[in-house]
Amino acid sequence: MTNVLACIKRVPDTAGEVLLSADGQGLDARFVGFTISAHESCAVELAVRIAAADGGSATVLTLGPADAVEQLRTALGVGCSAAVLIEADPAAFGPADVAREIAAVVAAHAEGGRTYDLILLGNDAADTGDFQVGIRLAHELGRPVVNGIRTVEVAAATAVARGDSLDGEETYRVPLPAVLTVLEGGVEPRYPSITGRMKAKKTPVEVLAPTREPRGSGRVRLTLPPAQPNTVEVLGEGPDAAAAVVALLHRMGVAR
Amino acid sequence: MILVVVETAAGSATEVSLESVTFARALAERTSGPVHAVVVGDERPEDLADQLGRYGVAAVHHVTGDPFTAYGGGTWATAVAAVREAIDADVVLAPGTPRGMEVLAHLGARYDVPMAANVVAVGDTGPLVVTRQVLGGAVLEEMSMAGRPVLLTVAGHAVEAAQAPDPAPPAALRELSTDVAEIDLVARVTATEPAEPDRSGALASARVVVGAGRGAGGPEGFDGVVELAELLDGAVGVSRVVTSLGWRPHHEQVGQTGSRISPELYIPCGISGAIQHWAGCASSKTILAINTDENAPMVTKATYAVIGDMAEVVPAINAEIRRLQS
Repeated sequence: MTNVLACIKRVPDTAGEVLLSADGQGLDARFVGFTISAHESCAVELAVRIAAADGGSATVLTLGPADAVEQLRTALGVGCSAAVLIEADPAAFGPADVAREIAAVVAAHAEGGRTYDLILLGNDAADTGDFQVGIRLAHELGRPVVNGIRTVEVAAATAVARGDSLDGEETYRVPLPAVLTVLEGGVEPRYPSITGRMKAKKTPVEVLAPTREPRGSGRVRLTLPPAQPNTVEVLGEGPDAAAAVVALLHRMGVAR
Repeated sequence: MILVVVETAAGSATEVSLESVTFARALAERTSGPVHAVVVGDERPEDLADQLGRYGVAAVHHVTGDPFTAYGGGTWATAVAAVREAIDADVVLAPGTPRGMEVLAHLGARYDVPMAANVVAVGDTGPLVVTRQVLGGAVLEEMSMAGRPVLLTVAGHAVEAAQAPDPAPPAALRELSTDVAEIDLVARVTATEPAEPDRSGALASARVVVGAGRGAGGPEGFDGVVELAELLDGAVGVSRVVTSLGWRPHHEQVGQTGSRISPELYIPCGISGAIQHWAGCASSKTILAINTDENAPMVTKATYAVIGDMAEVVPAINAEIRRLQS
C-alpha cells in the first residue's frame, strides 16, 4: 500500500496577451482563469495510478488562496481521496517557504499516523518557474529526490522512475520514502467522471494556516519583455504562395 | 570568484555551458575575480581545459570517482559544493538546463539561500538584483538575491557564447574527489536507454523545424508537415494541444513544457502562437508562419507568412520542391 502526496499549484491559465497588475507585483488577474500547473496534472495522475495499483491512497495538497480549493476538487474528482489547503497568499511565499510549509504538513500528518511513502510535485511551476520546491522539500524531510521524471511505478518499497535526458531515457530506482518531481508527457491526465465530481464535492478539504512567517521570493517587480518591433512579410495567400515559399527556402539554403 | 557548472557532450562543453561561461565573464568584469569551471565525472577533461581557456576560464576543477560515474542531482551538487568550498566562490552559475536547475536547487537547499532560475541579466550588484524569465519567458521578474553564495542558472540564449577577447592560455586543470551521502547515491541514474535518433534531442538541435498545431485538424492532418520536414532535412515540432489530444507523441512538443528550439528556420503551420508555445520557439532565427488567421500572434511575430489553410498550402509547397528537384 503506497500512500502518495501530490503537491499542486493554482496558476493563471494564460494563452494570449499577458497584462501586469498596476503595482507590477503580479498578473492582472481580472481576465485570466486559473488551472493546475501542467506538470502537476501529470503528478496527480501518477499519484492516483500508484495508489490504485496497490490499494494505497492519493492525497492532494496546495499552498494558495481559498479559491485554490477549485484545483484541489479537480484532483479529488480524478481519484485523490483527501485534500489539504495551506491557505496563504502564494505571492508572499518563496520556494523555500513553500517547501517548509509542505514539510510541516508531512510531519504533522506523520504524527497523526498518516505517512506518505512518495511525494510528487511538478518539476517547475508554470508561473514562477523556480525549479526547486521539490528538492528543497526533500532536503527538509531528509529524503532522496529525483527531478524531471515522466513515469513511476512502485514495487518492493522502491520507486522505479523514468525520465529523458540528452543521453536517452534514464531509469532511477529510489528507495521509499522519496520525493520525485514530474514532467508532463509520461501519462495522460484523466478527466473527472460524473461520480468523481460528486465525490469531490463531498470530500472535506483540510484547511491549515502556515506555520511560520515567510521569507518571501525576493521579487522586486515584474516587467514585460520589450516588444520586438516586427513587420511580417506576407508571401501570398493559399497554395498559390508555394512558389514564393520555395524561392525563399532556396535563398535560405534549406531546400535542395 | 565565480564558479560555473559545465555540462559536456562527447568531451566538449555544451553550447549552453559556453553561454553560461560567457555570462559569468561579463559578471566577473563587474564584480572582479576569476571565472572557474567545474566538470563532474567526464572522462576527457584535457580538451575541455583548452576549450574553456579560450572562453576565459582560469581553472577547470574535475571531480571524479565512483560516485560520479552515473548522474545524480544530489551527487553532482556534492561535487560542485566541494569545489565551491575549496575555492571560496561567492557566485555559482549553471546553464538553465534540467541538470543545471537540479544541481543548483540542491545547493540552494544545502546552503539555505535563494536560487534564481533562468536569469537573463544582472542589474544592481549591491544588493544583487537579477532579471529572470517567468511564465515561460512571457514575463520578466527582477529578483533580489539575499545570502551567499549567489546561485543562478542562465536562461538559454540569454547571451551568445563568445570566446575571451584576449588569447587565453588553457585553463589549469585540478582534479579532486569527494565523498557523497547515501541519500544522494541512491538517487542516481541506474540505467540509460540511448535516445532514438528522431527524439527530442534532434528537435532541439534541428536546423529546420516544421511545426503543426490545432490547424492540422486531426492525427491524419500531419502527412504534409512530416513530408515537408523530410524534404528540408528537418524535424517535426508540434504545439501542446496536439500532444494533449494524442495526435502526435509528446517528444515532438515545442513550448514551455516541451522542447526549446532555435533553428535557422521554423515553419509553424496552423499554430496560433500562445505564449506557452512561443516560450519554446522564440529563439528561432527566421519564422515562416502558415495560418488562416492573419492576426494570429504567430503570424504577427513571424518574419514571413502565408495566409491560408495548411492542408492546402503545405502540399503545394511539397509539390513545388519536388518539381524543382526533378
